[in-house]
Order: sequence, then structure tokens, then C-alpha cells
Amino acid sequence: MMKLPLARIGLAFGFAAGLLAAPATTRAETVLRVAMTAGDIPLTAGIPDQGFEGWRFVGYNLYDSLVLWDLSRADRIADIKPGLASGWKVDPANNRRWIFELRKDVTFHDGCTFTAQDVVWNFERFTKESAPQFNARQFAFARGYLTNFESVEAIDSHSVAFTTKTVDSLFPYNLSFLMMVSRCRSEEVKNDADAFARNPSGTGPYRFSRMVPGERLELVRNEAYWDKARIPKHDRLVLIPMPEATTRAASLMSGQVDWIEAPSPDTMPRLRSAGMQVITNAYPHNWAYQLNFVDGPFADLRVRRAANHALNRADMKEMLGGVALEGYATLPPSTAYYGKPIRYEYDPAKARALLREAGCLPCKITFAISTSGSGQMQPLPMNELVKAQLEEVGFQVNLEVMDWNALLEMSRNGRERHRGINGINISRATQDPFNGMFRHVISSQWAPRGSNWGHFRNDEIDSLVSEALATFDSEKQLPILTRIHEKMSEQAVMLWVAHDLNPRALSPRVKGFVQAQSWFQDLTPVTVAPR
Amino acid sequence: MLLHLQRRLLAVLPIALGVSMICFLLVYLAPGDPLQTLLPPDADAETVAKLKQLYGLDRPLPLQYLAWLWQVMGGDLGQSIATGRPVLSEIRRSLGNTVLLAAVAVLIAFPLAMLLGTIAGYRSGGWMDRGVTGTAILGVSLPNYWLGIVLVILFSVELGWLPASGMGPDGSGTFNPLHWEQLRHIILPVVTLSMIPVGIIARTARASISEVMAQDFVTTLRANGLPERRVLRHAVKNALPSVLAVMGLQFGALMGGSILVETVFAWPGTGFLLSKAILTRDIPVLQGTILVLAMIFVATNLAVDLFQSSLDPRIKRG
Repeated sequence: MMKLPLARIGLAFGFAAGLLAAPATTRAETVLRVAMTAGDIPLTAGIPDQGFEGWRFVGYNLYDSLVLWDLSRADRIADIKPGLASGWKVDPANNRRWIFELRKDVTFHDGCTFTAQDVVWNFERFTKESAPQFNARQFAFARGYLTNFESVEAIDSHSVAFTTKTVDSLFPYNLSFLMMVSRCRSEEVKNDADAFARNPSGTGPYRFSRMVPGERLELVRNEAYWDKARIPKHDRLVLIPMPEATTRAASLMSGQVDWIEAPSPDTMPRLRSAGMQVITNAYPHNWAYQLNFVDGPFADLRVRRAANHALNRADMKEMLGGVALEGYATLPPSTAYYGKPIRYEYDPAKARALLREAGCLPCKITFAISTSGSGQMQPLPMNELVKAQLEEVGFQVNLEVMDWNALLEMSRNGRERHRGINGINISRATQDPFNGMFRHVISSQWAPRGSNWGHFRNDEIDSLVSEALATFDSEKQLPILTRIHEKMSEQAVMLWVAHDLNPRALSPRVKGFVQAQSWFQDLTPVTVAPR
Repeated sequence: MLLHLQRRLLAVLPIALGVSMICFLLVYLAPGDPLQTLLPPDADAETVAKLKQLYGLDRPLPLQYLAWLWQVMGGDLGQSIATGRPVLSEIRRSLGNTVLLAAVAVLIAFPLAMLLGTIAGYRSGGWMDRGVTGTAILGVSLPNYWLGIVLVILFSVELGWLPASGMGPDGSGTFNPLHWEQLRHIILPVVTLSMIPVGIIARTARASISEVMAQDFVTTLRANGLPERRVLRHAVKNALPSVLAVMGLQFGALMGGSILVETVFAWPGTGFLLSKAILTRDIPVLQGTILVLAMIFVATNLAVDLFQSSLDPRIKRG
């Protein structure tokens, strides 16, 4: 008689326990949906396209490079840190040879172990045309970071040696842009890069889940990620291309996405009033004009200084809804080697006096500007304001407006083919000393060979740069870099205007995000509360 | 009729050739080149030259064009420079999404416009006519990107009734218009896209109907005691050929996709594909898409021509 009720009670308890346990096993998947500014999904076959946004959302999530960026802090410009390489040093016997020790506990998403041979294989994918894995698109993306690369060799299973063409203390920065893909997966698809892109395998904190070309890419948490602190705190990351800023803002407010990139300044008050988190922070970005130092008035230092004193940067910041830092030098002030550059305060009287002293009044200049472009912020109204401010002190400014692609081509050609142009307005990333400073001012980088568009030359800067490149101790290198930045300021090598503040807007459900002072961001600590 | 059809089909070849050639030249006349999207903004001239060689873009233009033409004749539209994916599959996918949008817009816009135009034409000069004409002018005059944004603000952001963008939680791959959760995504783009065709067709229908209603045969029909309903049916039948011609053009335009509407709603159709290809100078995608869209336009017009001839025996062609 007692058996039946007991069995029933036991069954009831079991059922209740099952119900209680059910939420743990069927917990709703947490999904972070991101609307990117890109028009398409960044390439998934290694080094991504779509500019730094591609690296931010696809490159550093699916893959790792030997060197990564430390994106854990918001209070200073991000610097590099060990990635797939646990450390590196320059060979004491040959300062062009770098030895990188690789991590031993890393596996690709497909289960293959990461070794030194994979590094060599990947570099052949970027550089060796005769290699079966060579890929022209990866060559194109990698080329800019390999200009000083000579060779790579495996020393043993977990260490490699790189040789550079010239002495280069900044070489590790370049390796942070070169993604390591799985040789196993590539060989499985007969080195077909497009087939690889449809089912990619890297070592990053997220694994590929699925993709609808042109519409969405879905990545899931890599539970076996080698850096346990960076295993994502949400289950799934959905990346959606959405180039129209208004559409992004509307999608966030209507709950279709949780995170949008680059909301336009005019939508920010509305986003805030709807309870969204609008986040900004300084990052290595420089909105300025590179000047022509050979043809025209900017050959004269006094005219360059006059132009810098003519700008009322506070007005510019106000026009941009406060989403900018006033730009007085090449680097944002939170950069470690910012130093004490001259602060070219708004001083129209001084600007006019300098122009008079230089014998350039009215001072006719022409700037080449674009209608849009990566990092260009709001180029048309910003350029109009610069023109108005310059004209108030005695400049006569002609703006030659062109398409972004045309401006990039002009920048590559150099001043020689555009003698009538006195400055080009291209915003630049300043994440490392070479890209942020050296390439714009050293004589070996004169365009079309390099990025010194206006053919600036200063022997002291040239020799300081050589010294910095030959100094491998970062503590000793820091004062040299600082001096270079200050010297660039003394020489007024650019007309500095603003630094962008990298705005993004997040749903109130998104927590745990730390906006690093970088073009790249770490999404792994983000949690998403259920709706 | 058969001879007419043959002639029209033969005329498609030079049109296709002309379209492809003009498109090719226009893309090359614009500054910049497709490799800009592959290169970092600061790539040096040597890298650009090397990549041009790897992609075959260093060859003379006529050679590049002929090589592309030869490929197309073999049914291959090449590969996108920006994404590396086959152009044909890119077009197939986005065209499907645009056709879906256009088909729903046609189903709503054409009957509605015809109804409004007929009422206005039949009651020419009356308050209904003024109301319909005013609405039609409004439809034609409202920029659709503006209307799209206003609709999004109203129905997505403020009221939260309809989604603002995309084709649903799983994208176009699994889009099912019979499923309400996905069908909701098409409502705002369709309303936005329909406004201009509704305006244009309603105005044309109104003008044709009112013109026909003023003709002698209508008076004769009425004098013979025909009920007004049948008089109107005759009038509509007589007015239909000119309305059909306009419908054909609108249908072709809708099939071509709207860059603005598809961009505002992040709808992954041909308009969205074209806008990306223009911005990145993705020549193979641009050429392939424009060629396919031009052919659709030609085919639509041909179908309308034939339909018109069958409706109205007075229209003799060939």
C-alpha cells in the first residue's frame, strides 16, 4: 500500500527537480548584435578588409596575431602586448633579427595545434607568390605591414626568427596586423581562399558559426580559447553591416541591435533620451591637413604657424556636438610620447602678423578634400569652417572637393604631380610611432615611395627617427619619440584640427564594455541582459 | 507578331553590348580604382602596381573589356574584387530580395493606383478627383529616403510596431513572407517604395480615363442606355494601353531596386549591392549587375509591348 504513494511522491519530486534544473540546461542564449558602419561583412579569410572596423570585429575575434593590442584599459592610448607569441627579443648578435617565442597551448578552432611552421606557412601566404597558399588579397592587405620584412624561419617547433631589411625597433607593431589562419583548414579546402572564408578557422576568442553573405556574420564563444580571461561572456556575436547612420540609430532604438558604431552627432541626444549608452573616448586619430613643403606658401614655417594660430578649435568641437578633441598636435594628449608640443592657441592677430612677416597677404592656398571617407568625420562642414577661419586672418582658401578614392590616389602620388595643391585633408591613424609620425616627416618616405606627401625634410627629425628605430630599450626610446613629436610641432608639419572621439551607442542591456583608446575593441567582457 | 518578337530579341544584343561598354568606361573615367578597397589608405605606389598586375588591371582597357566580355559569353560574370565571391551568386541573391520587394510593391501599388486613377478620371473635376490628384502629386514629390526615415521613426522607434531594418533575425537566407515575424520587415520598405509608382500610375490612369470619357463613343454608349458600370468598363479598356506602358516602366524601375530605399532599410537587394559596388569601384559587380538589370528592363518593356498589342489590335508593330 505504501509503495505507490512513495513512488508517486518520488516521481513528483523528480519532476519538480527536473523543472528546477531545466533553466540551467535550457538557458536562453545570450546574443550581442552589432551594427557596423561597413557596407559588407569584412573578409573572414584572415586579414580582413573594411578598414580597421574589419580588424575590430572580425580580425581580432576569429583570429589572433603574434602580437595583440592591450584593450583592457580606457585611460591611455592602447599599446601592443603578447599574442600568439608569448614574448620577443632582438638577437644580440644581429639587430635586424627578431626572435619570437610562441605559446605552446594554442589550438586552432579545427583542433590543429599552432606551431612555428604555421607562422612560416602564413607568411608564405602573404608574400611568396609560388606558394600554393599565396593569396593576392592577403598580399594586398599585408603588404603595408611588411615593407621592412625580409624573411622568417622556424627555429624550433615553438620559436621563429624574423629578419628585417633595416634596423627596426618598431617591427613588432607590424605583426599585430597579420592574422594567423589554420593551415589544416586551408589545405582541407585545397587552399581556396573563398572556400576558407566560408568556413574559417583561426585561434581567436570566437569561432565561426554561420554567415549570410552581405547581411550577417555569426560567431560563437570559443570555450577552448588560450587566454582564459578573454573567453567571451556572451554566447553569440552577430555582426550586421549597416552603412546608413540613421538606420543604425533606429535599429538600436527599436531593439533590433544592441550596439551601433559611429552614431552621428545629431542623433546622440535622441539616443541618450531613449536610455541608450553613448560612449566616447580618445583614440589614436588625427584629423589634419598634410602640407606641401615645396610648392607654395606652406614652404615657409611662418605661414604654417599662422594657419595653426588661425583655427578656433573650440568652435569646431562645438560644431561636432562635442564629439571631438581639439587637435593641437599629431597625437592625442593621452599618448605616452605626446610630450610638450607648442599649443597653437587661437590667435588671429598673431596669425595675421605672421602672414604679413612672411609676405603672404592675402595668402592663396588650395586644399584637396573629400566628400566622405574612412575616419574623415564630417569633411564638408569641417572644411568649410576651417576655410572661414583661415580667411578671417588673411588666407584665401580654395577647396578642391573630390571623391575619397581620388583623394587617396592624390595622396599616394605625392606633391610632385599636384603642385597646385597646398594641402590634403586625410585623417590618419596614429596607433604606433611609425604610422602616426615617422612616415609623414622622414625623407626616406617621400611620396610616391611613402606617405610623406608634401616632401617634408628636416635633418634633425631624420636622425632622431634613425635613433629611435635603432633603440630597442623602450624606456630609452620613449624620450626620443617624445622629442620627435615635439619637433614636428615646432616645425608645424601639419595643420591640426581635431581628434575624433570614436563614438558608439549601446543598449542599456549591454554591460561590461571598456572602451579602449584604440581603433580596436575587446568585446569578450561584454554581457547582455535578457530582454 | 513573331517577326516583331524576333527583331526585338535581336535588338537586345547591341543594347547589352552598349550598356556594358558604357558602364565599363564610366567606371574607369571616375577617379580611383577598385584596388583602393583592398589596400590600406597609405599603401605605396609599388604595392599598388604589384596588385594591379596580380589582378590583371595593368592590361590596356580594351583588352580588359574583351576578356570580361568573353567570360560573360561563357555565362561567367567574374568575381567581385571587394569580396572575392562570384558576381553571379551575388546578383542572384540580391536580385531575389529586390524582386520580392518589387513584387509586393507591384501587387499593392498597381491595383491601388489604377483604382484611384479610375475614380479620379471618372469623377473628373470633382472633389474626389482633386483629392486623388493631390495624393498622387504628394506621392511623386516625397523623396523616398526621407519618407523611409520618417516611417522608421514613427513605426519603429516611437510606436515600436515594425522593425527598422533588414530581413529578419536570420537574414534573407530563410526569409519566409508567410511568416508574420519576417513579413513585418517588408512592410515599411514596400510602403516607401510604392509611393512613387502609385503617384505616377494614378496620374496617368486619371488622365487617360478622363480623356476617354470625353470621347464620342462614350456619349453613344450612354445614349444607347448602357449602365454606367459597363460604360466605365469600356472606358477603362480603352485607357489601359497607355497606363500599361507606364506600369511597364515602373515595374522595370522597381525591379532595378532602389539604392536609397534599400540603403535606408538595409535591405540586401540589387540597389544595396550597387551602392556598395559604386563606393568600392567593384567593377565586376557593377558591370554584372547593370547588365542583368538592363536586360530585365528590356525584357519587361518587351513583355509590355506584346501585351499592349494583344490588348489593343490598333497597335500594330513590325
